[in-house]
Amino acid sequence: MRDSRTSTGRQVRNQYMRYSGWLFVLPALAMYATFVLWPLIVSVNYSFYDWNGISESEWVGFRNYKRILTDETQLAPIFNSLKLIVFFTVVPVFVGLLSAAILHNLRSRFLGAYRTTLFLPQVIPLVASGIVWGWIYSPTGILNQTLSWVGLDSWTRPWLADFDLAFPAVGVVGAWVLTGFCTLLLSAGISKIDPNLYDAAKVDGAGRFQEFRAVTLPGLRREIGVCVIVTMIGALASFDIVFITTQGGPGRETLVPGIQIFRAAFVERRVGAASAMAVILMLLIWILILPIQRYFQRDATR
Amino acid sequence: MTRSQLLPRLVMAMLLLFTAIPFLTLLSASLQPLGVSPRGLKWPSNPRWSNFVEGYQVADMTPLLMSSTLIVIGVVPISLLIASLAGYGLASLRIPGARWMLLVFIAGLTIPFESLITPLYFQMKSLGVLNTRWAVILALIGLFMPFGVFWMRSHFVSIPNEISEAARIDGAGPWQAFWRVHLPLARPALTSLAILLFLWTWNQFILALVLIDDPSLRTVAGALGAFQSQYGTNVVLLASVSVLIMAPTIIVFVLFRKQFSKALLEGAVKG
Repeated sequence: MRDSRTSTGRQVRNQYMRYSGWLFVLPALAMYATFVLWPLIVSVNYSFYDWNGISESEWVGFRNYKRILTDETQLAPIFNSLKLIVFFTVVPVFVGLLSAAILHNLRSRFLGAYRTTLFLPQVIPLVASGIVWGWIYSPTGILNQTLSWVGLDSWTRPWLADFDLAFPAVGVVGAWVLTGFCTLLLSAGISKIDPNLYDAAKVDGAGRFQEFRAVTLPGLRREIGVCVIVTMIGALASFDIVFITTQGGPGRETLVPGIQIFRAAFVERRVGAASAMAVILMLLIWILILPIQRYFQRDATR
Repeated sequence: MTRSQLLPRLVMAMLLLFTAIPFLTLLSASLQPLGVSPRGLKWPSNPRWSNFVEGYQVADMTPLLMSSTLIVIGVVPISLLIASLAGYGLASLRIPGARWMLLVFIAGLTIPFESLITPLYFQMKSLGVLNTRWAVILALIGLFMPFGVFWMRSHFVSIPNEISEAARIDGAGPWQAFWRVHLPLARPALTSLAILLFLWTWNQFILALVLIDDPSLRTVAGALGAFQSQYGTNVVLLASVSVLIMAPTIIVFVLFRKQFSKALLEGAVKG
């Protein structure tokens, strides 16, 4: 505050005014505390109990955690969600970077329609995306149709029921939803880079690749960070797509923590186990996202 | 066409195809005669537009659309209001502890809904609102606060201090300054936030699935899940219902395309 505080009376009044500002924050805080922070605490509490949701609960200490962290079948969903990062994050960010860089100088009458189309997978409910792709992968779907058409009949199969290929098949759905989004986000970022930098690179005789490395990549640091963080949370916390396409099957091939939590809590009625998984999922996200966020935020102002 | 434009056009075409084909194959399936098992992508010789009427009736869409609309009405205006109040408070009122409070809100951006769904279920049960729309409405308002507050705060931070000063000199307290001066100025930020919250509410699946047993009280997205398990084998019907359920989001998107793209991209960057 620039104004000089001369009298204590004014100071007191200011103090009062400042604290009364909390009244503005209160409604939002109340909702957030009641329906996010409190359930979070309850979740941690549940995770130390064995409880079927109805009868008496029994304190079991860390047993729920121990069971998840020492049992391979319980750990599988966590590893699956980590593997999904390849499809949800690595592919969209790389394809997005490449296409954004290539499209940078494109002039076309269709750019508007192009942007609209790339946005569509982000706009429709994920549930609908799941149904669309369930149809694509089905025995009579377009994937098998295309394979037969090019003479690869032996490759056709019910993709989502295939033990080896169901997982990448689900991953591709995530890549479909997120690639357009990353492309547009990175394109918007490139258009904000100072054009003089590109001119300077040209004067210095930089080729396309060098230009990309020296100008585009550093200029997009912030946007890349956003893409990585948003898509990684999408991978680790995936639920809708998996629930609609495979429900975690065949077997446990495509099981992810979200589905595991849902099953444990509302099908098997093991509230403690579900809550322990919920806490592990949250810690996993924090452990992975925080350093990445730090890394991309460091000198993001450049 | 110059040669340097060839590669970009090729890349654009490939990305477009990859994005669009799923939509086209869904549409083609939804127009086949009911009851047949359709093949991938084949435009029907005699497209059955009546399938959409059929799908609308079988899925009983009127109450579903009503239900989603009611949930949106319950969530979006209140979220906008209390997020703006908090954003303004944290940005402009120099509240002691504001920085710390902001961090508490931002931390919420990383919390996945799945991690809260079990306790929320029992909480809603003890509040007596389980299996009503209130369960989803209340939970969503809370869950939207981290983003909403963060979004509105970054808007109010960008408003020059002189405006608040001017309001104060005119004798306006923080309350009047907020209603008369700051809220009207925040319209663009509010519009973007409203669009995003609409989309996230309309498409909400897991909360509706867990907190509401009766599919007709859910969001359309939540009901689509139930419809899939019931009619999953009837590809044509499922496809036509999916098209119907996507349609409102696509229409809103096309109508508000500019604000929408801006909101989604900026929302991501800020979030």
